[in-house]
Amino acid sequence: MTGRIPFLLALLMLAGPAWAEQPDACRVASPQVQRDFPLPQVTRAIAAKRLDILVVGAGSSLLPGPNGAKNAYPARLQMALAELLPGVAVKVTTDAKARRTAAEMAKTLAPALAAAKPALMVWQTGTVDAMQSVDTDQFRAALERGINIAHSAGADVVLINAQYSPRTESMIALGTYAENMHWVALQQEVPVFDRFSIMKLWADLGTFDLYSATKKLDIAERVHDCIGWLLSDLIVEAAKPDEPHAESGR
Amino acid sequence: MAPVPTERDLRLDLFRGIALWLIFLDHIPSNAVSWITIRNYGFSDATEIFVFISGYTAAFVYGRAMLEHGFIVAGARVLKRAWQIYIAHVFLFVIYLAEISYVASSFNNPLFSEEMGVLDFLKNPDVTIFEALILKFKPVNMDVLPLYIVLLLWFAPMLWLLLRAPSFALAASAAVYALTWWFDWSIPAYPHGNWVFNPFAWQLLFVFGAWCALGGAQRLARWINSPVIFGLAVAYLLFAFGIAMTWYFPRLGAFVPNFVSEAIYPIDKPNLDVLRILHFLSLAEITVWFVPRGWPVLKSPVFWPAIVCGQHSLETFCLGVFLAFAGHFMFTEVSNRLLMHVIVSVAGIVIMVAVAALVSWYRRIERKGPGPRPPSIEPGYAGGDA
Repeated sequence: MTGRIPFLLALLMLAGPAWAEQPDACRVASPQVQRDFPLPQVTRAIAAKRLDILVVGAGSSLLPGPNGAKNAYPARLQMALAELLPGVAVKVTTDAKARRTAAEMAKTLAPALAAAKPALMVWQTGTVDAMQSVDTDQFRAALERGINIAHSAGADVVLINAQYSPRTESMIALGTYAENMHWVALQQEVPVFDRFSIMKLWADLGTFDLYSATKKLDIAERVHDCIGWLLSDLIVEAAKPDEPHAESGR
Repeated sequence: MAPVPTERDLRLDLFRGIALWLIFLDHIPSNAVSWITIRNYGFSDATEIFVFISGYTAAFVYGRAMLEHGFIVAGARVLKRAWQIYIAHVFLFVIYLAEISYVASSFNNPLFSEEMGVLDFLKNPDVTIFEALILKFKPVNMDVLPLYIVLLLWFAPMLWLLLRAPSFALAASAAVYALTWWFDWSIPAYPHGNWVFNPFAWQLLFVFGAWCALGGAQRLARWINSPVIFGLAVAYLLFAFGIAMTWYFPRLGAFVPNFVSEAIYPIDKPNLDVLRILHFLSLAEITVWFVPRGWPVLKSPVFWPAIVCGQHSLETFCLGVFLAFAGHFMFTEVSNRLLMHVIVSVAGIVIMVAVAALVSWYRRIERKGPGPRPPSIEPGYAGGDA
């Protein structure tokens, strides 16, 4: 499989203390990252040399262990953005707690946004809704509510859908919720970071063994690192000021 | 009274068999072979075909029984069938429990700690198993049989009405569908949400199938044979195909005007969205146009595997659900390469055909056995089930 070579390269690069640039393992999935809609507030924030981001998420935005916070994708996103945007002060704050549905997260968005005053809210959700089979109408309504709260707080929004989790695939109807999130995103003109398809591609190419029954954190940390990188690609791309309608505002 | 056609239409068995294969392929998570199934190229999927044909054959089999033996006898047969399906559903649930208990005890990857929470219900099996028995707790992909049970439970009175006033019965069914959308009727599920297939909505397709079986198809013949309808069906299928392509190639989404997205999304599968009904009707129109009733090729050996599966749909469906579990197990435990996907998919269909053929053979020798069993009132009449 062609995925093996980047995988080996990634292993080699693991030997270094930190990656100087996006590891090749992530890159196999770069074409999956779509820039759908502009992020005008982020464009402005980058121009003003200060980019504050709030990541709101559930359990799959966290990693366990003492270094969990450092290695989970929100921290990796901050590192990647700092590299991609030299001279811009990037700060990512996180509001992640396991087992929260979109509706539960939407309830606490307003105070979290007021505290962080971000230009961008990255919202990871859908997994717990799928696990609890929350009514899809209610799921969509919660997403819309959350997006509106963020927009009225002056923040752009990027949505992140569920992880591709092959072992539990026959138990959680993730597809339905990913679909519904996609529809809301289209109607609200918000980009989706399609984590599900990206991770599925990694699994298909053999980049990461997501079937592994390992109890160790190594794969999890590399996956989160790649998610941080690819997410930073999406944000920087979507915020490029040369996009003609990027400044249209909301 | 509406006439009940005497000879079973092999097209129904053929397409129900194909629908069962497609449901099997779609039920194996991340199955590469499921790219060939119709749900990827439009709004509707194999479920619509299965429900419509099940309604058609139920009316065909029990309609005859009701005319010959009356409401009580036919109604009792329908309820017996619902009971059989309930037993099959519980059987599948037990297999599901075994599968997830295995995953719970063998898998603990920290990357997926959130997802593993789905296994928490194993901690209070008393509640879960009870909720499963009353059909409120339904694992993923195990929603079709509960829908079928509910549809059969109210089918006897519906059939009575269909035999006397078919148009009125169809109108009543459509009214229930419309009221469901208006008032958000649904059946609650455990622990949250509602049934994945809302019976108040999906009954429309089942009753429409039954209505077609009881003479409705002849009444529609003028419409079915109209080139205008045919053209509209083709146009609609092309439109749905175009929209479906934007799901896989998001860049194509730029060609879809915003008002179109506003209008079509969400495509509501639980409540059988109108877009899905139209897609199914268009597919049916094209199919009827190209595959005429009594087409001699239908009796050729090429179509036999699908037809035999369609004739024993309950057994084949349940086996398909089980094989989908087993297939997913192969992906996780043995290999997840494309070759494995192809092997699992093909082997699954071969097993479904083999078991359906075995069931068919059993029915034949049972019918030859002792006891007065006039074949005309057996559900297995003409080699098929309801």
